[in-house]
Order: sequence, then C-alpha cells, then structure tokens
Amino acid sequence: MNKKIGEKDFKKILEEIVSKFVKENKDSLKEGSIGLVGIHTRGVILAKRIALILQKKYKSQVAVGSLDITLYRDDVGEIGKQPLVKETDIPFSIEGRTILLVDDVLYTGRTIRSALDALLELGRPKLIRLTVMADRAGRELPIQADYCGTEISVGKNEEIQIKVKEIDGEDGIWVLKK
Amino acid sequence: MKLNRKDLLNLESLSSEEIELILNTAVPFKKLFTHSIKKVPTLRGKTVAFLFYEPSTRTRTSFELAAKRLAADTLDLAVPLSSVQKGESLLDTGKTLEAMKVDFIVIRHSENGAPELLSKNLNVHVVNAGDGTHEHPTQGLLDLFTLREKKKKIKGLRVVILGDILHSRVARSNLWGLTKMGAKVTLCGPKSLLPEEIKRAFGKSVRIEYDLKKAVEDADAINVLRIQKERQSQGFITSLTEYIERYGLHQNKISWLKKDCIVLHPGPMNRGIEIDSPVADGERSVILEQVTNGIAIRMAVLYLLAGSTLNPQAALENP
Amino acid sequence: MENLLIFGGRVIDPKNNRDGFFDLLITNGKISKIAKKIIPQKNFKLIPAQDQWVMPGLVDAHVHLREPGGENSETIFSGAKAAVSGGVTSLLAMANTSPPIDTPKKIKFVLKRAQKSLAKVYPVGAVTQGLQGKKLTNFSQMVKAGCAAFSDDGRCVMDSAVLREALEKAKKLGKVVIEHCEDHQLSENGSMNEGPVSQKLGVCGIPSQSEAVMVARDIFLAQLTLSPLHCAHVSCKESVELIRAAKRKGIPVSAETCPHYFTLTETAVKGHGTFAKMKPPLRRDEDVKAIKEALKDGTIDLIATDHAPHSLESKKKSFEQAPFGIIGLETLFVLVYEELILKKILSPLKAVKLLTENPARIFGLPSGNLSQGSPADIFIFDPKAKWTYKKENVQSKSFNSPFLGRTFKGKVKMTLVNGKIVF
Repeated sequence: MNKKIGEKDFKKILEEIVSKFVKENKDSLKEGSIGLVGIHTRGVILAKRIALILQKKYKSQVAVGSLDITLYRDDVGEIGKQPLVKETDIPFSIEGRTILLVDDVLYTGRTIRSALDALLELGRPKLIRLTVMADRAGRELPIQADYCGTEISVGKNEEIQIKVKEIDGEDGIWVLKK
Repeated sequence: MKLNRKDLLNLESLSSEEIELILNTAVPFKKLFTHSIKKVPTLRGKTVAFLFYEPSTRTRTSFELAAKRLAADTLDLAVPLSSVQKGESLLDTGKTLEAMKVDFIVIRHSENGAPELLSKNLNVHVVNAGDGTHEHPTQGLLDLFTLREKKKKIKGLRVVILGDILHSRVARSNLWGLTKMGAKVTLCGPKSLLPEEIKRAFGKSVRIEYDLKKAVEDADAINVLRIQKERQSQGFITSLTEYIERYGLHQNKISWLKKDCIVLHPGPMNRGIEIDSPVADGERSVILEQVTNGIAIRMAVLYLLAGSTLNPQAALENP
Repeated sequence: MENLLIFGGRVIDPKNNRDGFFDLLITNGKISKIAKKIIPQKNFKLIPAQDQWVMPGLVDAHVHLREPGGENSETIFSGAKAAVSGGVTSLLAMANTSPPIDTPKKIKFVLKRAQKSLAKVYPVGAVTQGLQGKKLTNFSQMVKAGCAAFSDDGRCVMDSAVLREALEKAKKLGKVVIEHCEDHQLSENGSMNEGPVSQKLGVCGIPSQSEAVMVARDIFLAQLTLSPLHCAHVSCKESVELIRAAKRKGIPVSAETCPHYFTLTETAVKGHGTFAKMKPPLRRDEDVKAIKEALKDGTIDLIATDHAPHSLESKKKSFEQAPFGIIGLETLFVLVYEELILKKILSPLKAVKLLTENPARIFGLPSGNLSQGSPADIFIFDPKAKWTYKKENVQSKSFNSPFLGRTFKGKVKMTLVNGKIVF
C-alpha cells in the first residue's frame, strides 16, 4: 500500500475545490439555493466536510444529503450481486437547486450515471455539478468531474482508496494493489 | 452478510442474521414511498409470475406493487381461468413458467409444501406467499418489521398471538420469526385451536395462556389472527358468541392492556369477531402500517433473492 | 444332476439353531447336505463364501407389486427382481392392486405372471370384495387357487362383524388374516405423525391412537374367534403394549414392523419430503425405542418391508397430495444389519429369524430355512463391503426411498432361488 496524499494535502485539495466552486456559483450561494449531495459512503463524509468549509470560510449554510445508488446500479440482479441497500436521505427539495454531487473516486463513471438517475427521480434541479477527490483513467461512460481534487495514474491492478478520519481514522489518498 | 438462497419458503430455516438483513434492507425501500417517483430500476428486465391457487387480494397486490416498484414485469396466471383448471399439475405449470424464462414465481397454495415442491424442481426463485396451514413468511417478516419500527427492538418484546393458532400460517411464521429474534411469545386462544402440544414444537420461549386477560396484561404487542367462520361448523369453535366474549379483542377489554401495547392484524379483518372497529381503527392499531410495510418487505425479499447465488437444490433426491 | 457347493461361509440358520462355519451342498435345487466340511467332487460348481454370511433367503411378508393396474411404478417381475437384489427370495404380494385381487381368477393371474419372476411370489387375497370392507370374498375358492393369506391392506376392515366372519372363515382354511390397523376416521386428512413436527409444519396429523385403537379391536376379535390375526406394519409404542399384553394372555396374534419404523422418526419429514411419507407415518423417538424393545422380547414376530413403489410423478406433488409409501426390498437386510445387529439390539441369529423362520411359520411357507431337503433359497451377505444406495442402481421400477444417498455397511453378495443364482 502506497500513500499518495497525506493529511495536509488532503485538506488543501478540499479547500481548493470549495474555492473554485464558490467562485463559479456566487449567485446561487447568495440565494441559498445550493444543495450538497454525497454518494454513500465516503462521498457523504466529503460533502459534510465541504459544508463545514463553506460555513467557516464563506459563512454559508448549505444543507447536505446522502444518496444511495445501489438500486440504480446496472449490475444488480446479476447472479451473486447483492450489495447492501442504504438509505437515501436528502432533507431538502432539489427542485430548481444547484446540486453539488460529491464522490470519492471517479473511475468508470457508472456510479455517477446511477447517481444522476437516482437524483433526477427526486425532482428537477437547476444544474448538477460533480466533484471528486481523485480521478483515475478508465472511464466507460462520457462523464467528467467539474471539480477534481487530484488526478492519479494507477495500473489496472491497482486501486485508489480515499480514507477519511470519520471512518478510517485518518485522512489521505492511498494506492493499493488489488 | 448475504441472503444466499434461491427461494424464500419459510422462516423456520432462516437464521436471525438473515431475518435481520431482510428487515434492514426493507428500511430504505420504505423510504422510497415518500418520493414522488416510487419506482427504482433495480429489477428492470426481470419477470415475476404470480401463481395464486387461493383467492387473495392484499398479498397479491402487495407483491405486485413490490415487483413494479422495482421495475420488474409482472405476470398474473389467473389460476381459475388457466390450464390449471384443465387438470394441469402444479409442477407442470411451474415448468411452463420456467420455460417462459420467468425469474420469480410467487406462489400461494392451499396445500402445505407446494412452494417447496416448486423450489426443489425449478431453477426459478420461488417465494411462498402462503401455503396451506404451513407458513406465510413475508407476513411474518412484515409483522417483525412493524414491531421493530414501533418498539425499536424485538429482543425481549412480549408479543401475544391471539386466535386460531392451529390453522394459521401467519401464526407459524410469526412464531418462528419472533422466537428467533428473541421475543417472548404468548399464544392465546381456545384449547381446540391451541393444542398444548404446540409448546413442544416451539420450545420453552413460548407460553400458552387460555385466559385472554392474563395473556395480554404485560404484552407489548398483540397480533390478532383472522378467525375463519367455518371453524364453527368444523367443531373447533362451539359458539361464535362465546369466542367473541372470551377471545375477541374488543373495546371492552382494552383496559387490560398496557398503555403502549400495539395491535396488529394480518387482514382481512372480520370486524366484530376477532377484533372490533374501535380497536381496529384506534390509536393502538398499526394495521394500515403493516400494509405499507408489506410492500417494503416484499421489495427487500425480491431484491435480495435476485442477487443471491442461484443454487437450485439437488433436485429429486427427496421430492 | 447339478451340484453346487457353498463353502467357507458363516451359516446363520435360525430354524436349525445354527450359527457357525459350515459348507452347504445343493443338489438339483435342494439343500442336500450341510456339514463342517464337504470335500468337493469333480463335477461340483463352487461358490466360495469366506468372510460371508450364508442365510436362508429372506421372506418378506408385506410387498406391493402394483400389478395389475400400477405397472408404471412396479410389476410382478420388476418387484421380484428388486426382492432378490435385497436377498428376499419369497414374498407375500398384497391385494390392493387395481383391480384388487379378490377372485380366484385374479389369484391365478398373479401366480401366472409370477412364474417367470426371480423370487417366489405368494399372492394375498382381499378380505372383502373390491376392498370395500363390506362383503367377504370367496375364501375357500381363493385358497384353492393359491391364495396364501387374506388382507385388505391399504385399508382397515372397519366393520368388526365383517372381520369376525373373515377370521372364522380363514381359520377353517388354515390361513391368516393380515390387518392394516388404522381407524380411517381418526386419521382422516392426516399425512404425517401428529406431534411437534406436524405442528411446526402445520400439517394435519395422524395420531398413534388411530393405529392402536384398531390393534386393540383386532386383538379382541382374535380372542373372540380364536383365529390367528397378524397386525401389519406396527409403528408405535401404544400398539406394542397392546400386542405384548395380548400375547401374554395367549391370544393368537402376531405382529410385524418395517425397517423404517426402527430407523427413522417424524423429523425425516423435514422440508416436506414426500419420500418420508408413508402409512402408518414415521413416529417419535419413544416409538422407535418401543419397536426395538418389542423386537428384542418377541412381541413383534417379524420384519417386513411394506415395499410400496410410487412413480416419481406421483411423489412429485405437494406433501399433502403425494401418495403414502416407500420402497424397501433393497434396503431391508442392510437396515436390519446396521440398525439392529451392529447396534447389538438383536443377535444375527435372532435378527435372521425375524426375516426367515418366523414369517415362513406364520404364513405356512416352505422356505426360510437351510434344512436338508428344503428348497435352496439362499442369501449370501458380505458384512464388510460398503456401498451407497443410489438412484441409478435401484432395481425396483420406482425409487421412492428415504434412504437414497445413504452409505451402508454390508452388502448383498448373492441370492439363490431353488439353487439358481438370481442375483
């Protein structure tokens, strides 16, 4: 296992993402029409961190929701696939809002495809932006992140793992062999 | 934890962990009902066939909604109109459905063990929607779900099952589910419908009480079973009036209950017999929530079975 | 003249109270000599039997051969083939075929069909016409035609007056009435033993008492008529107690049980397996214990199979719809060996007695012994061989056995009928 990004840089990356997002969405921020939606499990934690930065640094209160994409995956119902279904909990109406969708790693793009399907069934947001902590090659669908923390090139038999204090005890980005 | 089963035939063979997984999975499904679009694409392209040899509105509708909300296609065999009437055997009907490549058969049958027969001989997920006087596992699960939702936990809960225990598949599934999850079960009903022997079948955690007042005094929940009126002509109940007086959960007995005791009923109700309207529609009643929960539970069951490793049991060794 | 010498084996012959190492000479289909050592002559055919048991061919007093009417599940020929593969050389074929064996003509039909079969088939005639329990069949004509005993098996003769008359008539003809003891009203709708397991499954039960009340009545009728009465397939403690008391009083009653009643309990029905559904049903642990005790003390006289073949289609129904009955000929001796002999419930000599001498005596059959001059019906058993009972090697036309898949110690090595090797 190989550590790529440590705690300090992790924090810096998050702050950069937020700063870029704020710059591009000033009006919505002012109107209070922004909603953060994290994808289970680490995306939710990251969304909460972003909300905290928005609150502390930009004095903006932004609501956070969690999205479980299990039921929208394109591989459930296949033999042997039985991922645990978690709860989708979005405590605000997404109708007409600017949604920042948050996930940890962008790889094939299939999770984001599922997330968009799931999200759009809840209403019609004004726009949806995507942010991820790490981006790696290997896209299977035409999906790109609007705010990308860092790009990491890894081999086919390697995996990027994002760790967060709340779950893993530390912050950081790791590359590990599958 | 996974539910690694091809079929849901009973609660007798499920472990408490498996039951817990189904209940947990039903929670997010229930949440979906609050969305304006209640449907998810999870089982797109799958087909669920309903093979109901007994009339049933609520269970069939509940399964149908569950399947549809998972985006599966549904197929109703309308047994009374089909070739079943022409004498086709259950297994042949099942094999025909298998050949049509359906993914699930949801079966209700008046004979005990009919779902097991299909399970052993077909490479299709089989869900028991009630067989004879054997089991009605999804009803058992939805009752557990409702109890857990209302009481936060099942372990240690005092639950009374009231009525025709002998002939009730709902009672049997509830008994298995509740005892596995650590609840304290009291069975209550007239001796003819509640033989002492049942205690031997279900063990020490089950109490038998023929006196309704004593049974319900410390209960956290009462599951009232449906009384079939024909039991009187069969000699199991000597007089319906007497039954109502001793075992009908009517308003005049409500003062015996603890304040927070809830009342369940699998439906359809015989109002005025095993339960009366003030109780059925009163604040203790969770009967309509059971109906809502039934869909979530059935969605969870279909979802979990779809994702299990298909494992058709070695057929034929002991059909 | 043909001579066949079986040598070096352990001979177990209860009729002659013999259990030891003997050589056995067969001449022209009959046992001609039995001695510690027989020196083979030039023209002798030799059958070495070192480390084997040599016993009289087994006599199964309770078999359903299904012919006529049920040929898709068994025929007289296929049933007899299954019999010899299990060491059974003589069998009583029950009358509840369709149509039932209730006329002299039908008795002759069975005998004719049995001529080519590998085992000796003795037809049982129906007690009542059409097994209806009302009018007696023509007992004397049937006996003349070759009927070996009388029984409505599958049904109990519910009318006591009819049974009384049957017992009296059979006695005059020197025949035994075999009773299927079951109160059909009490067992109605039931498909397994009434008890905790039926409660768990919600299946309607058959109480032991539905058997015992008829055993009691039958004992009274045997007492009243002083006629021999044989209780088929005894399954429960209650019946055992009644029969034991009756025998003490000298009432002429005999009884049989089947291997499944000392091997399995009601828990075998788990998962609604229809291969564990039979009548009387599998009972409780305490019944299994009582049956073993009764075998030990002689309350139960013999062990029969109640071999009841059913096609897979008919057994592939829901538990309540599937017919009653299991096959048993091929597992008869191995179950007796594993469950009674190896577990030291019975000595080999006593166990073999229950399978040979006793049934032959009760029903007046010439076989079941290795006496000089007797027909050479012989069963050679390898007590050490191991084998697994599999669907593929079932000899019967049906394979409805709860013992499929079980690995047995001890195997049928060879069966001879009238000195001819038939298995």
